[in-house]
Amino acid sequence: MMTGLGATMMRAGRRLLSSLPALFGVLVFTFLLMRVLPGDPAVFFASGPNAGKEEIEQIRKQMGLDQSVPEQLVFYLSDIGQGNLGRSMMTGQPVLKDLRERLPASLELTFTALLMALIAAVPLGVVAALRPGSLVDHGVRLFCALGVCVPTFVSGLLLIYVFYYLLGLAPDPTGRIDVFTSLPPSRTGFLSIDFLLAGDFEGWWAAFKQLILPAVSMALFVIAPLARITRASMLVSLGSDFVRTARSVGLSWRKVVVTYALRNAILPVITIAGIVFSTMLGANVLVEKVFSWPGVASYALDALLSSDYAPVQGFVLLMASLFVLVNLVVDICYGIADPRVSIG
Amino acid sequence: MSEALLRIDDLHVAFSTRRGMVEAVRGVTLTVEKGEMLGLVGESGSGKSVTGFATTRLLDAAGRVTGGRILFRGQDVTKLGGDDLRQLQGAAMSMIFQNPRAALNPIRAIGLQIADAILTHKRISKEAARAEALDLLRAVQIREPEARMNAYPHELSGGMCQRVMIAIAISCNPALLIADEPTTGLDVATQKVVMDLLADIAAARGMATILITHDLGLAARYCRRIAVMERGRIVEEASPKTLFSTPQHAYTRRLVAASPTSTSRIEDLVTEEEREGYAAMLGKPRLEPAYGTPPLLEVRKLAKRFDEGSAAVADFSMTMAGGESVGLVGESGSGKSTTSRMICRLIDPSEGDIVFDGQSVGHIASRDFHRSPLRKDIQMVFQDPNESLNPRFTAFDCIAHPLMRLDGMRAGEALRKRVEECAERVGLPLELLPRFPHQLSGGQKARVGIARAIACRPRLLVLDEPTAALDVSVQAVVLQLLDRLRRENDIALLFVSHDLNVVRMLCDRTIVLRNGGIVEQGESRALFDNPKTDYTRKLVEAIPHIETGKMLAAAL
Repeated sequence: MMTGLGATMMRAGRRLLSSLPALFGVLVFTFLLMRVLPGDPAVFFASGPNAGKEEIEQIRKQMGLDQSVPEQLVFYLSDIGQGNLGRSMMTGQPVLKDLRERLPASLELTFTALLMALIAAVPLGVVAALRPGSLVDHGVRLFCALGVCVPTFVSGLLLIYVFYYLLGLAPDPTGRIDVFTSLPPSRTGFLSIDFLLAGDFEGWWAAFKQLILPAVSMALFVIAPLARITRASMLVSLGSDFVRTARSVGLSWRKVVVTYALRNAILPVITIAGIVFSTMLGANVLVEKVFSWPGVASYALDALLSSDYAPVQGFVLLMASLFVLVNLVVDICYGIADPRVSIG
Repeated sequence: MSEALLRIDDLHVAFSTRRGMVEAVRGVTLTVEKGEMLGLVGESGSGKSVTGFATTRLLDAAGRVTGGRILFRGQDVTKLGGDDLRQLQGAAMSMIFQNPRAALNPIRAIGLQIADAILTHKRISKEAARAEALDLLRAVQIREPEARMNAYPHELSGGMCQRVMIAIAISCNPALLIADEPTTGLDVATQKVVMDLLADIAAARGMATILITHDLGLAARYCRRIAVMERGRIVEEASPKTLFSTPQHAYTRRLVAASPTSTSRIEDLVTEEEREGYAAMLGKPRLEPAYGTPPLLEVRKLAKRFDEGSAAVADFSMTMAGGESVGLVGESGSGKSTTSRMICRLIDPSEGDIVFDGQSVGHIASRDFHRSPLRKDIQMVFQDPNESLNPRFTAFDCIAHPLMRLDGMRAGEALRKRVEECAERVGLPLELLPRFPHQLSGGQKARVGIARAIACRPRLLVLDEPTAALDVSVQAVVLQLLDRLRRENDIALLFVSHDLNVVRMLCDRTIVLRNGGIVEQGESRALFDNPKTDYTRKLVEAIPHIETGKMLAAAL
């Protein structure tokens, strides 16, 4: 049997390699898409509305926009090959630097939200599956329905209204940390972890308070799919032959439900959690906007609105790579959890 | 006599369904003595499994005991709850199930699963439980038990999984073991090994066993007392000998008649009264093909290798004349299904050629074969009538589909006529045509599957275990239907099965496969009466025989 760590890494490596063509396709596609979209970046970034034709022409030359699209693509690809994602016209910084600064904020928010969603959704799904058709089941269904049908920016604003404006429990929703707290030395980029590593619990509490509201509003939105899939697969698991076997030898209720039913039921939840995570990363732009969270999604939106090509292209490439990575992690997790599959 | 180990008194079990309460068991009374093996025989829906589940308290949430008592050692099981019940389950009575692979937790090592059962009832350390689990694996004769402790169910064969299941069931030395169709789905050779093992273990440990099965022959071989169930009631209870020689109840008579034996012929499978219509048809002589007619099917040195490299089928050659019936038998994994699929052109052979009616079809890629004009000449009937019908097609659509795709017919009067004609040929009542598969019984679905296969008037019908999922009485009818179709329409049958009794009746010739190669072939009756190889002899001996009255008389 090939269950060694080496074999898993080999397969993971092969898997990464095989996703390269897809990433390349994403690169070319976004590049072309940006060129097709209306709006001339040169006009946008010219000194003012009454900039002369020559000035615009000069900016255009500076940006390489006077060349044909295929030529631009070749330049772009060779830049990417050298690890250069271009420079943002908005911030004046290299896109890579911008993304590197902002990605941890997005990741921290998304991870926290996903974790909260899972912690809420799995027990809800299990409870609903244990008593299908009961009041509890209907309650969970109602809660999930509310979660999906209220858009994240509405629930975000609602949370701000209640916890910041009415109750005053939460800090003002302006970014990852209030201005008075000094930042910890950056190790992981995740503030809550960095504070812990630095031993600064006060700072950790400040960062956590900032994080909690946006994370909750995002979590609310994704609890529904996770809870529903948990419930469905838990129902299948509970009705399966091996759970009947477990009951037939008199295993305790806890053992039957947790060790036999839930461990099997959790497998599809892993897959869905991966998909949910990928969508959240890109889709949390509204939450980032509402809470002024300095993440990559709001950065990409601003760039898109100002026809700033490089950040948008960099963002899409980042998302695509993350998607590949997340899927790989999901597959590896799945392979560990389920002895029947081997990722290949 | 002391109190029986298990006494079931006028048991009633009902299930709540969408159409109200349905009684599955209506008044079963049974006793099981200590150490005895009792056969509980009946067809699907007779309530035999429900009786078993009620005894071990494993009924679905929808099922409820509505009357009667189940006394186990004088204690009414139906009234137990909570810890009392859990102390009974596994420790005093346990159960083994029909589909062994599904009955084991797919993501837990089998050693751990056995240890789970032990730890539930004994206060011992995990290491001690593991050691006991290892001993149990040895007791159920699993090779290399140390290595197997960490195996997962999908790494074991069906027979191995059933042994593990037995190990779990006997882990705490229960006094009563209920085996619910323990060998259905296993091939005959494995069935014999598993059942012998079960019988030995039960005898050695003084365990009483209830063997729930649809196979009269199996029950007769291992039980000294058999109870026959029909529609929730026990209609007859006797020793196997009396049951087969002088069955009292009409249902038992039908069941005994329908169970194929080593000597029965197809026309024997019904009771005396129903036999006449069939005999008239048999009277008509079959047209012998003229001398020198080329064979309908010629298979030359066929081989199939899957990715791993080892050959599933190697060097397989055979010929078939028009209207001939040939049986393909062997254990599971012998390559019989692979061979039949290659001949049907559903999968591509790695080597060799298939010549049908003088034309080479082996080299047409299977994905393109549906365009070949020969597609309608070679048709297939699949194993599971439930899975092989499109759930969104009515019976009519199922039969009409090949007519429209292969015969180019359009919806209309002519199509309706053809479909009705096919339905009549297979004895499917016309009023069932608008029904969907889930509204049909197993036997009716099997008929739809056969009607679909013969709709385009094929010349070769490949049948992959067409009756394996059917009750014996339905199987009898389907077999007669196939035999009639062959005689009337001159359809050649290639019959893949592990049920040797069925092959012996239906097929002129039989080919025995093992590990992808032909072991033996020849005229069916001669082959089964005087097997030339040990392998065939093992297969033949593994069939549970029913000692009919005649044979018993001869033996005495």
